[in-house]
Amino acid sequence: MNLHEYQGKQLFAAYGLPVSKGFAVDTPEEAAQACEKIGGDKWVVKAQVHAGGRGKAGGVKLVDTPAQAAEFAQNWLGKNLVTYQTDENGQPVSKILVETCTDIADELYLGAVVDRASRRVVFMASTEGGVEIEKVAEETPEKILKATIDPLVGPQPYQGRELGFKLGLNKEQVGQFTKIFMGLAKLFLEKDLALIEINPLVIKEDGDLHCLDAKIGVDGNSVYRHKDLQEMNDPSQEDAREAEAAEWDLNYVALDGNIGCMVNGAGLAMGTMDIVALHGGFPANFLDVGGGATKERVAHAFKLILSDSKVKAVLVNIFGGIVRCDMIAEGIIGAVKEVGVNVPVVVRLEGTNADLGKKVLDESGLDIIAAESLTDAAQQAVKAAGN
Amino acid sequence: MSILINKDTKVICQGFTGGQGTFHSEQAIAYGTQMVGGVTPGKGGTTHLGLPVFNTVAEAVEATGADASVIYVPAPFCKDSILEAANAGIKLIVCITEHIPVLDMLDCKVKCDELGVQLIGPNCPGVITPGECKIGIMPGHIHLPGKVGIVSRSGTLTYEAVKQTTDAGFGQSTCVGIGGDPIPGSNFIDILEKFENDPQTEAIVMIGEIGGTAEEEAAAYIKANVTKPVVSYIAGVTAPKGKRMGHAGAIISGGKGTADDKFAALEDAGVKTVRSLAGIADGLREVTGWK
Repeated sequence: MNLHEYQGKQLFAAYGLPVSKGFAVDTPEEAAQACEKIGGDKWVVKAQVHAGGRGKAGGVKLVDTPAQAAEFAQNWLGKNLVTYQTDENGQPVSKILVETCTDIADELYLGAVVDRASRRVVFMASTEGGVEIEKVAEETPEKILKATIDPLVGPQPYQGRELGFKLGLNKEQVGQFTKIFMGLAKLFLEKDLALIEINPLVIKEDGDLHCLDAKIGVDGNSVYRHKDLQEMNDPSQEDAREAEAAEWDLNYVALDGNIGCMVNGAGLAMGTMDIVALHGGFPANFLDVGGGATKERVAHAFKLILSDSKVKAVLVNIFGGIVRCDMIAEGIIGAVKEVGVNVPVVVRLEGTNADLGKKVLDESGLDIIAAESLTDAAQQAVKAAGN
Repeated sequence: MSILINKDTKVICQGFTGGQGTFHSEQAIAYGTQMVGGVTPGKGGTTHLGLPVFNTVAEAVEATGADASVIYVPAPFCKDSILEAANAGIKLIVCITEHIPVLDMLDCKVKCDELGVQLIGPNCPGVITPGECKIGIMPGHIHLPGKVGIVSRSGTLTYEAVKQTTDAGFGQSTCVGIGGDPIPGSNFIDILEKFENDPQTEAIVMIGEIGGTAEEEAAAYIKANVTKPVVSYIAGVTAPKGKRMGHAGAIISGGKGTADDKFAALEDAGVKTVRSLAGIADGLREVTGWK
């Protein structure tokens, strides 16, 4: 689960990190009022979406009058912002962040992730702020400084000092940096984050450090124990079909092809997409119906797959383990009848009671193609989709 | 021989009297696993499925001499359950539960390493030594005692590999599902090392998927340390970047963790890779000369 910049900055402020004075607003009038409240004669207005690259896409602007702030809000609220990180439809803008303008002397980077290889929370800092950190890591890995957090003793100030001095900061700035590092680490651990980034962490013209952006990703498995973060969730930023699938405990990811896939198990669902592609077809989606594939869930999965008008055939691939294939076959038949499937359905059943399952499908009188094997299923589906 | 578990392994279940714990313990007992009891706080002194129930893991270990525990408790309580088992002297913990907070796993991993505990999972199907001991949710009847060691990040993909090696008559020494989470208790290397040292295991099947660099690290390990033939399949060639594919750990982020990178690393290490999931048994035939 991701947070908006304005929400991230609220958390930053709560953990003592320096952020700009600002207000997240819903209307053009409020945008103008926010400028008055903040004071001064220059403001930054930023469209709030869960995606990077907003500046280049016109979603961030420097304004000189409250009227210009209102105009920016008028232009963006209710519209979608398309950046290089979004799909072609972009992400809906429902809030604008109005902030004081910051004079920038230099831009740094500070972020943290759960590093899978070392099984630790690892901080990364760099003098190359304001650009994509992945690019820096790839092209000039020596410019990424790292600090590893020991799970048992937590972050220590010396780690912040080490990073700060290596970044070339002066004594006062190292003090500020260490405070930011410690606050950020505390925030990461207390709120169960998966990712945190300040990009850029700027050095202002007066030499002080300042958090100009805030990117926060929360570990979805931990949200249950953070009520404040649950309230920050913005479902409008998620794909509607994926969100609907999640409500039914289905894992769904839309792809560009025309063969709808329904599979039990995440690994097998990926493997099914791959074998479809290997035989010249194009998978339309990833869909894991999970271990307990009941009739209701199978029906919902069918509806979800068929809501994509590109789908020309459906491939059902089930490895019955604890779940019996004959039960699943009945679920498929019920779903096909209920939903009214009008594209060819290829079914591969394997595992517990697979033969009985095939028999149930054969006797249903429905237009279901029972495949003999995984390879056969993929070939039949590709053929049925007309690829 | 086998790895991790065999017919002498004494197993307890944490979350024994719950729905999942009950169902899968029944299945395990029917398979012949030496289940010796279970733990449900507050139900100590009762019996369930004909086995004693204990309030704490420490009591269960003392009374039964259990050396392995399988955990079916809900995700919010798993850290507590894992640490309880580890501190009670259990040496093999198999955690089936999905959706455990990542930071909980970081703590569990540190403690398990410190106490010399082998943690398998979470978010995994478990471990089975066919014909001897089944700890987890895998269907027992598709397995066949034999000579292939299987290690995988995915449950149903493991079943596919099991089915193919059973149909071919090769059978399995032990099958280990290490789970689909970004921070697994055991990684490929931990299990590969055991297969390499296990006389019953003649060939190894390693099933990976997109996300992280565990397969690349395993490839380097295989190149330096594994003499037995290894066949590998990686799922997710067609997965889009930046999307989580069901498993918490299956995501290509920052351009890292693609199936192509993993296939390349494994091929460089001399591993026989198969691009079709249906080709695992053929891959084994090719590297071993088995008919």
